[in-house]
Amino acid sequence: MQNQAKNLINKLGLDPRLLGMIGALVAIWIVFGIFTDGRFLSPRNFFNLSVQTASVAVMATGMVFVIVTRHIDLSVGSMLGFIGMAVAALQVQILPDLVGLGHWSVWIIAVIAAILMGALLGAFQGWIIGYLAVPAFIVTLGGLLVYRGAMWWVTEGQTQAPLDTTFRLLGGGAEGTLGESLSWIFGIVAALAAVTLMLLSRRNKANHGFAVKPAWAEGILLAIAAGGIIGFVWIMNSYPISKGAMKRMTKAQGIEYTDGMVWNHGVAIPVVILLIVAIVMTVIATRTRFGRYVYATGGNPEAAELSGINTRWLTVKIFSLMGALTGIAAVIASARLNAVDVGLGTLDELRVIAAAVIGGTALAGGAGTIYGAVIGALIMQSLQSGMASVGVDAPLQNIVVGVVLVFAVWVDIVYRRRAGA
Amino acid sequence: MDKQTPLVDMRDIHISFGGIHAVDHVSIDLYPGEVVGLLGHNGAGKSTLIKILSGAYQADGGEIYINGEKAEIHNPRDARKFNIETIYQTLALADNLDAASNLFLGRELVTPIGTVDDDAMEAETRKIMAKLNPNFQKFSEPVSALSGGQRQSVAIARAVYFDAKILIMDEPTAALGPHETQMVSELIQQLKTQGIGIFLISHDIHDVMELCDRASVMKNGELVGTVDVKDVTDDDLLSMIILGKRPEGVNVQG
Repeated sequence: MQNQAKNLINKLGLDPRLLGMIGALVAIWIVFGIFTDGRFLSPRNFFNLSVQTASVAVMATGMVFVIVTRHIDLSVGSMLGFIGMAVAALQVQILPDLVGLGHWSVWIIAVIAAILMGALLGAFQGWIIGYLAVPAFIVTLGGLLVYRGAMWWVTEGQTQAPLDTTFRLLGGGAEGTLGESLSWIFGIVAALAAVTLMLLSRRNKANHGFAVKPAWAEGILLAIAAGGIIGFVWIMNSYPISKGAMKRMTKAQGIEYTDGMVWNHGVAIPVVILLIVAIVMTVIATRTRFGRYVYATGGNPEAAELSGINTRWLTVKIFSLMGALTGIAAVIASARLNAVDVGLGTLDELRVIAAAVIGGTALAGGAGTIYGAVIGALIMQSLQSGMASVGVDAPLQNIVVGVVLVFAVWVDIVYRRRAGA
Repeated sequence: MDKQTPLVDMRDIHISFGGIHAVDHVSIDLYPGEVVGLLGHNGAGKSTLIKILSGAYQADGGEIYINGEKAEIHNPRDARKFNIETIYQTLALADNLDAASNLFLGRELVTPIGTVDDDAMEAETRKIMAKLNPNFQKFSEPVSALSGGQRQSVAIARAVYFDAKILIMDEPTAALGPHETQMVSELIQQLKTQGIGIFLISHDIHDVMELCDRASVMKNGELVGTVDVKDVTDDDLLSMIILGKRPEGVNVQG
């Protein structure tokens, strides 16, 4: 029986670690589902879970590259706070005078500013690490303090609110989704794209005369991929929007609200952003020279240098990318709360690092996947939300998350040793 | 052969680390189609000298001429531009990547849209491996899963694939069994006939006597001398290595 299962996994060409993580995730969901009489497994909860995961998961994809190259970035939480505060101040205090309150361009300027700020701050840290050879741990520990302090200075500690109405859509909520029909279209297009890519890759391999998976195995994988995407959209489209929000939204769109009218949420915009980031980062990791050099440098920095890779410049690029992603995460986090106070992003660096590490990124460098980090973030968030909905005290939540983190890494180490990798 | 322009001419190279003269004003040269053995104890400065040519270290002083023209080699990328390829003693492989990724590291084949073309690289790797080491089969596994000999053949394939004009081999047979060592010897002979110049660093006097045209011997960072291999005996070379003594009645350069 066990051998048959192993054989099947082999034939399908699935990563056992991926299966393990999905298994752990499903187990967490089922356990909390039982303890909450199914509330945890409701479309409403999955919607909230997806939105709450987005910000940390976006940063975790960048942290994979940082950790793969044997660095660490402790500054992302503070940087998120600083960028969030700066961009909020931009919307609340500066742009209304420049382009007018509620102008269509406000959110675009804010998003570009956030990404640029992150990329520049990250590049500067990367330059100190790569060219001045100060360890990343120290540089980013300094960054953690500097940004948190700088954040306070932006507005003398005042909370900035409310944010631009279009900008707020980027954080999710009843309005911040694709809506029902667009979600279906999104899901169908995504499913078709996934199927097309898998078939193209198969044809390419066959053209080179390499071995390909048996047709039935490929078929099962195609079905799982397409089914997973459509299933996710279906769940998101099963969460009805509350009456209050419906009245607000129908009014805004000039439609008359009647009792018994039901609109569903659909896929939240921050989740769409996360999916795009995850896909782009996966392409970078597996299909670009930059990504190849990240993994080569992580596996053997000396060999990378001897192969003509400019590892110092690579470090600048990696931290700049991490910063840009932190900028995106800052947009999502501040938009979701519709306000930025000086506590925004506190301890996020640890959540991000934990997500990447639970997702199989090795601190020794050289190994780690984008999808792993996203699932890692989802596992962390599921644990936290689950415990909150069961009514576990906040201190105990921290204890459980801490224990799970250490346990997960230990399991990963044992697995690696067994697999001989 | 002596009338030609040397392929490589390293003149008066010196480098020191923390006050120790690792390479102390050494001059060596290499002609097309020639194999020059570099001999000496551990710490004699052979690997350091060669790493200056491959761009891994920068010399404190001295000049390098490639085909008679002064060459500035500041890093491994510069060395590759002069068609200098190196097989390092440590092999310099990224253990977490597969053979094809290592072979093309820093010089990936790309698709028309600029993404790395793994399938094309694997196909090329299969071709060159079929020539170099027909037993090699593990194309999709990380090189950490390979045996010492298989790893060595990946490192050799990487140096040979890109039309090297100057090849540096640092202890290329150290990790190999007799059969694979024989294959490397044949490869060196074959590369010679293509006009490639080879620096061969070796501990093994027999290797040097069999494969090399000339031998440069180093001791304590200094060049003892360079001799034609056919002019000397094993014992002459040994006394150069151990005692730093030049053989008598033989034309010694340097």
